[in-house]
Amino acid sequence: MNRQVRRVGLALTVMFIALFAIASSIQVVRTQSLYQDARNVRAAYETYKTQRGSILVGQEEIVVSGAVNDQYRFLREYDSVLYSPVVGFFSVFTGSAGIERSMNSLLAGQSSAQFFEQINALLDGNPVTGAAVELSLDPELQRAAWDALGNRKGAVVALEPATGRILAMVSKPTFDANLLAGHEYEPVNAAYRAYLEDEDQPLINRTIAGDLYHPGSVFKLVVAAAALESGRYSTTTTFENLADYRLPGTTTTIQNSSGKACGEGTLVTLEQALIRSCNIPFAMLAVDLGQDRIRAQAELMGFSDDLAIPLSVTPSTYPQEMELSQVALTGFGQFDVRVSPLQMAMVTAAIANQGVLMKPQLVDQVVASNLNVLSQLSPQVLSSPMSRETAALITRMMVDSVQFGAATNAGISQVAVAGKTGTAQNGVEDPYTLWFTGFAPAESPEIVVTVVVEDGGGIGQNGTGNQIAAPIAKAVMRVVMDR
Amino acid sequence: MSNVSLTSAIPLLLKAVPRSRNFEAVLLFWVAGIHAFALSQIQLAVNQVMSWDMLLYWAPPTVSAWILHYVLRKYALNADGLLLPLAFLLNGLGIAMIYRLDLAEITRGGTDLFAERQVWLSCFAMLIAAVVVRLIPNPLTLRRFPYLAGAGAVILLMLPAAPVIGRTVNGATLWVGIGELSFQPGEIAKILLAIFFAGYLVSRKGPLSEIGSRVLGMKIPGAKDLGPVLLFWVASIGVLVIQRDLGTSILYFGLFLVMIYTATGRAFYVGIGMVMMITGALVASRLFEYVGSRFESWLNPLSQENYTAAGGSYQLVQGLFGMAHGDVIGSGLGSGFPQLIPLAESDFIFAALGEELGLAGVFAILAVYLLIVYRGLRVANTHQDEFSKLLALGLAFVIGLQVFIVCGGVMGLLPLTGLTTPFLAAGGSSLLANWSIIGLLLIMSDSSLKRVSA
Repeated sequence: MNRQVRRVGLALTVMFIALFAIASSIQVVRTQSLYQDARNVRAAYETYKTQRGSILVGQEEIVVSGAVNDQYRFLREYDSVLYSPVVGFFSVFTGSAGIERSMNSLLAGQSSAQFFEQINALLDGNPVTGAAVELSLDPELQRAAWDALGNRKGAVVALEPATGRILAMVSKPTFDANLLAGHEYEPVNAAYRAYLEDEDQPLINRTIAGDLYHPGSVFKLVVAAAALESGRYSTTTTFENLADYRLPGTTTTIQNSSGKACGEGTLVTLEQALIRSCNIPFAMLAVDLGQDRIRAQAELMGFSDDLAIPLSVTPSTYPQEMELSQVALTGFGQFDVRVSPLQMAMVTAAIANQGVLMKPQLVDQVVASNLNVLSQLSPQVLSSPMSRETAALITRMMVDSVQFGAATNAGISQVAVAGKTGTAQNGVEDPYTLWFTGFAPAESPEIVVTVVVEDGGGIGQNGTGNQIAAPIAKAVMRVVMDR
Repeated sequence: MSNVSLTSAIPLLLKAVPRSRNFEAVLLFWVAGIHAFALSQIQLAVNQVMSWDMLLYWAPPTVSAWILHYVLRKYALNADGLLLPLAFLLNGLGIAMIYRLDLAEITRGGTDLFAERQVWLSCFAMLIAAVVVRLIPNPLTLRRFPYLAGAGAVILLMLPAAPVIGRTVNGATLWVGIGELSFQPGEIAKILLAIFFAGYLVSRKGPLSEIGSRVLGMKIPGAKDLGPVLLFWVASIGVLVIQRDLGTSILYFGLFLVMIYTATGRAFYVGIGMVMMITGALVASRLFEYVGSRFESWLNPLSQENYTAAGGSYQLVQGLFGMAHGDVIGSGLGSGFPQLIPLAESDFIFAALGEELGLAGVFAILAVYLLIVYRGLRVANTHQDEFSKLLALGLAFVIGLQVFIVCGGVMGLLPLTGLTTPFLAAGGSSLLANWSIIGLLLIMSDSSLKRVSA
């Protein structure tokens, strides 16, 4: 019988080895993914044990954790709603968002970069303090963008084309993070519910997330880049100048926004079409180029890419497998082209930066509580979507567009501003989405600004990008030009 | 008798452990020290101060363990010296964790406290083990009543389904209750079943191991010898249907298979039995919604659908979150969040300990269980008498299998079941049954070197 006893022992040993193995897998291999699961509130509880790091903009603390006398010990305080879309919120009851979420482990002092601090804390008994996060935002520009956007729904994003540093990021309407950071369940939950149920979606950072927008004419920059890069077109390539254009394979006709042909003459150049922002030549161009070339150009500029700045950016999309009539519509940014304002700022920045697209980034540096710099922004090239020549040609057309074309309201005296407007249609009766994207000064760009205004800026189908969005961008660019 | 070690995995060292009561006494000192350390760490972490309250959770179990030690000194001098300290270690650790969860419950203003009750139940269970040692000096007396034990087991297993006293908790009908008192009869039934199987198999060993016909090179016993296997399979399925718990059913059937295999040396029984068991489990998962949903949660615990479903994987996932939070060295006793796991004091105490003691603690706890099992198997290996051999093997195996099913369930290796975690979980039936097993193993280890006859 002893042989059987030994075998039973062996079988039990094998079972226990299986237990040892699964325990190791949970507590070593899967630790991170389980800990970071959004449903795991331990991470949130754990972070309240330590004083969370501050968030700074231009040396100024805009988010701090102050000591209070309750079980959570520290209350998160937010200085201004201007920064809400970027910093997000950190709540005991409703989770977190924005920088508070994406930089959580550093703010909470739990990242592996803070390992030695944690060891020290263990030895001297003082709790770890989280690291401070310094954003790249410029408070003056943020304020200018916030004020210029006024009461309209929409978003403004500004960045530095040579480095990718994001200088302003405004989204309206927004929320008050202090209402979500409280330590009492009822009011926090009520505020959170109200924000969630608000159809204007104040919790969404419109520059990078949400449902995205139809780009309308600002997408012509992408199509123009694709055309020039293909080598088959120059700025002087001509198209038949029509007042009505029948979409291929359909009986539907489209018009230019003027309702007339694109200027005088029977032919119109690519250059004139862009400066005047005519739809028909771009519809013809898109059909001629083909969807694959346009999509390839768009993807070089960041479409369909998952980007973390470190906030995660919803990828912009250029549709797949379209009919020719649909391709024609994408030529001027209609049909199912969906973009985030940041994506359009990236397209513009690539043009401004001589064809080189820098990765947009929001965090300048992270400083530990012992003043060690844990990480510092280093500019990164994301891609080179076009040649220096193409970038120069498009820049010239954009400058002309501001000077005497479709984007005149962005003009600043003594400064060469490059710009492109867009007035995107959303549905037969729906108000337009109004766009402006551009940069200044054109010869050595310091700032790229992209503005989107929803709901036609409150005047339905009567507003245009030039009328509503361009002045907002101008106000922001002006701050830099006046320095 | 072969003197080759159980498996090469079991160090010779373990065999060399002296059967000395002095050795046991030294270990008991250590274990009591560990318990005191654990309790004070918990008080410091949760309340920031130590208080004399901890004596309530420390002293009574320690005194009870010493009483059991004294009884062994008196009536079973040569009993194994490791079993009592190891079981006591787990028992006290369980009390400490339950006390820690009580403190968390008090902090959030709750009134569901378990630790004090667990202390007195532990004392009672250890004293019962002492009574077992005192009253059954010779395990062979148990051999006289196999059918009585069998019948007792059947009655106990039927009780939860009985009207009035039967109770269903979390979908499993494993309880009987009268007023405030509740009891899990299945825990006691496993001991009676082991006694019954041992007695039955020793007397029927011959016919069951005779060669029937050969099919495909395997020896197949005749139909009449397959009878008991089939009968017990049907009984296990019956348990499953009545109690709605796959774990209990598999525990009993597994116990039966291992004991029939050990008695006859026929691996065939294990093979056919496992096929029957898996078939039964699969069919049950299709037929019974309560088993099926457990399977569903097991296969895909992290899916949002299972997570939010009533009776879904919420508890399991909270346990996994806790263990992951514990990492390798744990958050430290009192410094984690085990109170977030539903039923952390009973069904999920293993996950609670895993969170605060980490992988290191999990390994240590599993190693202690494994040692208890090995000590039991060692009794089976060295005992001269076949009945005692079988009984010791069955009892050791049932502890090992139960730990495997419970801990495997908590960690997502197996579907979750309603079995208890031996020695750790809050609950009197489980403590009583497992300490009785320790008592039986102790007296059998005492008699294992003597030549005994029925």
